[in-house]
Amino acid sequence: MTGERRERRAQLATPLGPFERMAEIRAVEEHIQLLFNEGHVRGSTHLSNGQEAVAVGVAAAARLTDVVTCTYRGHGQALALGLTAKEVIGEIVGRTVGCAGGLGGSMHLVGPDVGLWPTFAIVGAGLPVAVGAALASQVNRSGRAAIAVFGDGAANIGAFHESLNLAAIWQLPVVFVCENNLYGEYTRIQLSTPVSDLADRAAGYAIPGLVVDGQDVAAVTAAVSEALERARADGGPTLLEMKTYRYSGHSKSDPGSYRPAGELDQWLRRDPITIEAGRLIDGGTATAEQLAAVSSRIAAEVRRAAADALAAPQPAVAEMLIHVHG
Amino acid sequence: MTKVRMRQAVIQALADELESDPSVILLGEDIAAAGGAFKATEGLLDRFGPVRVRDTPISEMGFLGAAVGAAMAGLRPVVEMMFVEFTGVALDQLVTEAAKVSYLSRGELTAPLTVRASAGAGLGFGCQHSQFLDHWFRATPGLKLAVPSGARTAYGLLRAAIRDPGPVVVLEPRVLYGDREDVEFGEAGILPLGRAHRVSSGDDVTLVALGATVPTAVAAQQLAAGAWTADIIDLQTLVPWDRQSVLGSVRHTGRLVVVEESPYSGGWGSEICDYIAGELFGELTAPALRVTTPDTPVPYSQPLEERFVPSPELVADQVGQLLATGRRPAPWWEASAQR
Ligand SMILES: Cc1ncc(C[n+]2csc(CCOP(=O)(O)OP(=O)(O)O)c2C)c(N)n1
Ligand SMILES: [Mg+2]
Repeated sequence: MTGERRERRAQLATPLGPFERMAEIRAVEEHIQLLFNEGHVRGSTHLSNGQEAVAVGVAAAARLTDVVTCTYRGHGQALALGLTAKEVIGEIVGRTVGCAGGLGGSMHLVGPDVGLWPTFAIVGAGLPVAVGAALASQVNRSGRAAIAVFGDGAANIGAFHESLNLAAIWQLPVVFVCENNLYGEYTRIQLSTPVSDLADRAAGYAIPGLVVDGQDVAAVTAAVSEALERARADGGPTLLEMKTYRYSGHSKSDPGSYRPAGELDQWLRRDPITIEAGRLIDGGTATAEQLAAVSSRIAAEVRRAAADALAAPQPAVAEMLIHVHG
Repeated sequence: MTKVRMRQAVIQALADELESDPSVILLGEDIAAAGGAFKATEGLLDRFGPVRVRDTPISEMGFLGAAVGAAMAGLRPVVEMMFVEFTGVALDQLVTEAAKVSYLSRGELTAPLTVRASAGAGLGFGCQHSQFLDHWFRATPGLKLAVPSGARTAYGLLRAAIRDPGPVVVLEPRVLYGDREDVEFGEAGILPLGRAHRVSSGDDVTLVALGATVPTAVAAQQLAAGAWTADIIDLQTLVPWDRQSVLGSVRHTGRLVVVEESPYSGGWGSEICDYIAGELFGELTAPALRVTTPDTPVPYSQPLEERFVPSPELVADQVGQLLATGRRPAPWWEASAQR
C-alpha cells in the first residue's frame, strides 16, 4: 500500500497532478453520494466537493513526513495525501479493503505512512493534536511540521483558541488551515461568528493570519508552502483561512435548503477544477480535449474502484476485539 | 393516549414545559431554525420565538456553562447535545460545576438544568458518534441520569427532568427516535425520576433493561416462545435507580439478568448486581448475569456493530443457558465462548 500511496503523492508535483487529483476527489465524492443513496453507506457522510483545491494544495505543499490532522469531511484530504480511491471508498462502505479495515467509516480515514492521522469527528479535536505533533518535532528536532485542517465552525470552539495560543507561545511548527465554507452544519457563519475574516483571529495570538483563495489550488499550495517554510525555520505557527464552499449539503441527504438562492451557482462559477483547467490550457500545458479525456479516464477508474470495494469482504468479528489497547 | 414517534414526544415535552413555565429556555446547535439534527425540537422556534429557543455556535463548553449560570440565576435551561460525545468538551461545566452548586451553597443555590443528548450505537455513525457514555455521568454525585426507552418515557422523564431542582442528564437512545409508542400527554404522563416500570411479568428471571435494551429484552422473551417468562423491568432512571422494584422482582424470580448497551467493565449493571447479591445472598437460584457490549470502541462495519450491541438473539441465548445450566455463560467475546 505504502508504495502506491507515495507514488500517488509524488504525482501531485507533475504538471497535471493537481488537476487529476481534484478530478478524482470530485468523482469519488459524487460516487459516494450514489452509494449513500443506494444504502451502502451507514450513518452519515460529509462530502467535500467544491473544496478540492484546499485538500490538494495542502497535500502538495506538505512533505511525506509531515502530519495532517483533519475532519470528518476528509475524503478529499485522504485522497490528496495519497490514499487510493479503493481504500477510501472501501472504508466508507465498511469493507476489509478500507484504510481502517471497515472499522472506522466515512468520518475516520487514516494513512499514517503519508501523514494522515485518524481523522477527527469531534469538531476542533484535531487542532491540539496537531500542536502536539509539532511539539514532538520541536523536542526531537525532526524537521517535521504539522498541519491542522478544520472548518469555520471549529473556530468557535475552545480547542481552536487554546491551540493557537499554545502554538504561538511555544513557536511550534504547525499550520492551521481553516476551510471557511461559510456554514457549520445548517448555520450560516454570520449567525455564529462576529468576524467576517477568521484570519483576523490570528492577531489575538500574535501569529500571521492570511486569507487565501481556497478555490485556486496554486494559491493554496503557495500559501501552505510558505507557512510550512516559516514553521520549519522556527518562525512559529500560521493561520490560513481558505475561502471555499461545499457544493453538497452538510451531510447525508441534506439538500442545503438553508442556503440563499443563487449562492451555489455563484460558487460554481469559481469551481476549483475549472480554474485549474483554465490555467493549464492558458499556459499551453494541456488542451481542453486532453483534460476532458483525463477526467473521463478518472471517472472510469473511480467506478472500478467502487465496484472492487463493494465486492470486498466485510471484516471478521474478531477484528473488532483487537488493537483496543495500543 | 396518542401514538407518536419518540422525537415527537420529545418535542411535545419541551413544548409543554415551555408553555407552562416561562423560565424554560432551549439551547443547542441547529435546534432552532433547523429543528435539530434529529428533528427533536422541530417547530419550537416558531412557537416560542428566538429569545427562548436559541441556536448556538459550536461552543459546547460555552453554552453548557451558560446554561449552568442561567439555571443558577433562575432559568430552567434545556441544552441539546446532538451526540453525547460532544458533552466531552464541556464536561467540566456539568460534572465539576453544575453537580456541586447545591452542595457548595449548602442548598441555597441550585442549577436546575437539563442536558438532553442522543446516545448509543446501531446506526453506523462510527466510534466517535455511537457511544452510550452513561458512565461519564453516572458516578458523579449531584447529577441525575434518566434514559427513555421509547416515546412514553421520553415524554414523561423529560418533563420530570426539566422540573427537577438540580441538574439532570437525559440520554435519548438515537435508534429509537423514529419508533412509535402510545403516550399519555399532560401532567398525568409525567414520570417521576427514580422509579422503574415493569414492562411484563414472569416467573423465571428478572430482566433489567434500560433505554434501547428494553425493546431488546422484550424481543428476547418473544424469541423464547414460552420456554421462560421474565419480569422485564425498564429502569427508566439510572441515578437514582429504583432498588425496591428490582429487589422485589428478583425476590420473586430468583434470577437476575441485566441487559446493557455499555462496555462490560464498569457498566451500570455491576451496580445492580452488587446490590442484589448483597441483599439476596442465598436466595438467588443462579448467579447474576450481565449481557453487555464488549470492552471495545463501537465498530463501523454493519455486521460488527450488530454483533457489538446485545441482540434479542444473544439475550435469549444467554438467558436460556443460564436457566439450563444454573451457571453464567461466558461473554461471547472471550476466546472460550467464540463461535
Ligand atoms: C464538539 C462537536 N460539536 C458538534 C459536532 C457536530 N458537528 C459536526 S460537523 C459540524 C459543523 C462543523 O462546521 P465547520 O467547522 O464549519 O466544518 P464543515 O462541516 O463546514 O466542514 C457540527 C456542528 C461535533 N462533531 N463535535
Ligand atoms: Mg464550515
